[in-house]
Amino acid sequence: MCANLCDAASAILKISAIEYFEWNENMKLTDHESAMLAGEEGPARKYAMEQVVNVGQFFDAEDCVEIAQVHLMADPESLGDECVSFLEGLAELPEEERLVRAPTITDPRGVDLQAYKRLKQTEEQANLERRSIAAFRALGVMMTDTCINYQTIMPPVLGEHLAFGDTGSSIYANSVMGARTNFEGGPSALAAALTGRTPRYGFHLDEVRKGGTHFEVDHRPADLSEWGALGAVVGRQMQSYWEVPVISGIDSPPTSDELKHFGAALASFGSTPLFHMTGITPEAPDLQTVFDGPAASVPVATSLTRAEVTALRDSYWPADDRLDVVVFAAPQLSLMEMRTLAGLLKGRRVNDAVTLIATTSPEIKSASDRMGLTELIEASGGIVLEGVCFYQMYAREIGEANGWKRLMSNSAKIVNILGGYGYEPMLASMTQCVDSAVAGKIIGSAL
Amino acid sequence: MSQQLFQGHVGIGPRVTAEALVASDNFSARYDLDRIKGVFSRQQHKLCGQSYVGKVLILNAAKGGVASAWMLREMTARNMAPAALILNFANPIMAQGASFANLPMVDRFDGDITEFVKTGDKVTVDPAKGTVKIL
Repeated sequence: MCANLCDAASAILKISAIEYFEWNENMKLTDHESAMLAGEEGPARKYAMEQVVNVGQFFDAEDCVEIAQVHLMADPESLGDECVSFLEGLAELPEEERLVRAPTITDPRGVDLQAYKRLKQTEEQANLERRSIAAFRALGVMMTDTCINYQTIMPPVLGEHLAFGDTGSSIYANSVMGARTNFEGGPSALAAALTGRTPRYGFHLDEVRKGGTHFEVDHRPADLSEWGALGAVVGRQMQSYWEVPVISGIDSPPTSDELKHFGAALASFGSTPLFHMTGITPEAPDLQTVFDGPAASVPVATSLTRAEVTALRDSYWPADDRLDVVVFAAPQLSLMEMRTLAGLLKGRRVNDAVTLIATTSPEIKSASDRMGLTELIEASGGIVLEGVCFYQMYAREIGEANGWKRLMSNSAKIVNILGGYGYEPMLASMTQCVDSAVAGKIIGSAL
Repeated sequence: MSQQLFQGHVGIGPRVTAEALVASDNFSARYDLDRIKGVFSRQQHKLCGQSYVGKVLILNAAKGGVASAWMLREMTARNMAPAALILNFANPIMAQGASFANLPMVDRFDGDITEFVKTGDKVTVDPAKGTVKIL
C-alpha cells in the first residue's frame, strides 16, 4: 500500500526525472541528511534534500545549517496548476513523511476568500487557492499569510539561522534583526521546512555579511514613501545579490515601518537581502566594524541627497491627473499604518471613480476590527483585505477585469513591480494618496 | 577555437543545445515577463516584446523577487520556458528555481557572457561542466 502510494507520489513529484542530480561529495552531509537524500524517509524528504544539495553545490556550501523558522512564499499565481499539483502530491504521503520539521509560516496568499468576488477574481483562481491551502495544511504549515511576520508573528533574533521567503521579510530579518537568511524561494523554503535545514552559504556566513558599498545620506526621509524611495535609489545601484550596502548619516532610529519600507524597496529594486545602517542596525555599530577593517579600509561614500530621492519618486509622476486605484500594500500594513489610514479617511468618502484598497495580515485585520479601524476605512468606501498582498493576487488579471491602469501607492516596492503588470504606477505619500482617492483624481504635483 | 567555449561555475540541470537570445540587461520572471504569452513585457527591458520560449536566454544578473523560484517550473510544464538560463550572476532564487524546474543554468564566467555570445548563435550549454559553447 505504502509502496504504491509512494510510487504514485514519486511520479507526481517527478523525482525520477532529475537524472542530472549528482552529489559531488564536496558538501559534507550528516548521516541523517544522507539518509534523507537516499530516500529512506520518503520521496518528499528526498526531493527536499536534493533541492538543498543542488543549491548548496551551486554556491559551494560546505555543509548544511539547521534553521529555526521557515517563511514560505507560495501564492497561486506563482504556483500555477503545475506546482499546486506538486504540493498535492506531497500532501498525499503518510504523515511521518510529509510533516514539516521546522515551524513554517506563509507569505500573503493570492485570493482573500472573503472578498475575491468584489475584486472580480475568478472561481478558477479561488479554487487554485483553496487547493494550495489544503495541501499546505496537510504538510503542517501554519497559514499566517503575512509578509510582516517580523512585526506580528515571531520576530527573528540576532544570529538565528532562518529560511525566509519574501524579500522584504528576509531583508528585515537580516538587517534589522541580525538574523541570517538567504532569499529562499518557495521550493527551497519548502525543502528547508521538510528537512529542517538549508545549505550554509551566502548570508549565513560572517564574511558575506560585511559591508560592501557605502552611502552617506544627508537628510531624513519625510514619510514612508520617501523611505521607500531612498531604498529604491540604493537598490538601483546594486550590481548583484552579494553586494551589501551600508548607509550612514541617519541620525536617530527610524521606526519599524520606516525600515520596513526602506528594506522592501531596496530588496525589490536591488534584489539584495542585507543592508547595514550605522548606529541603527545590530551588526553596524560603526563604519570600521561593518567594513571589518581599519579606518583606511572604509570605502569613500556615495552621497545620497534628498533631490535624488524625490527625483526617483517624481519619475513615476504622470502627465495627467487620471486615477483608477489607490493601493496600500507591499508590505502589508502594520497596526500603526492602519491607524494612520483610518485617521486620514475618517468622515470622508472615496470617490466612486476610484477604488481604494489596503491589505494587511489576518492578525492586524483582527486587531483593526476590534479597534474600529476597519470600520472607519470601509465606511469611507475603502476595501480592507486580509492575508493577501496586491501584487500577489493576480494583479494583471484584476487590473484588466476592473479597468485599473493608473495606480497610486505609497509603496516604492509595489510601484516597481506593477510596471511589468500593465499598470501605470506612481509613488506618493499616504496623505496625497488618500486626498487623491477622495478627489477622484491625482492631487498635488511632483515635488 | 577556444574563444567559442566559455567557462563558468558548475551549474544546474541537463545539457541542452538551442539558439541564443542575448541582452545586457537583468532578469526576473515576475517583473519582466508575460508568462502566458512567453514574451518579455516590461517596457524598460531591452528584450521587451521578444519571445524567450525555447531560447538559451543570456542576461546579466538575476533580479526581482522570490516568485521566479516557482515560476520556472510552471513555465517549463507549459512548454513556455527558455531552453536554458545563462547569467553573469545568478542569485539563490534562480538556482532554486532552476533546480526545481530541471532547467539548465550556468553563471559566473571569466568575463561578460552577454558580450561573448550574440542573439541567433546556436549554443550548447553543459551545466555539469559549467560551459557554454558556440557551435
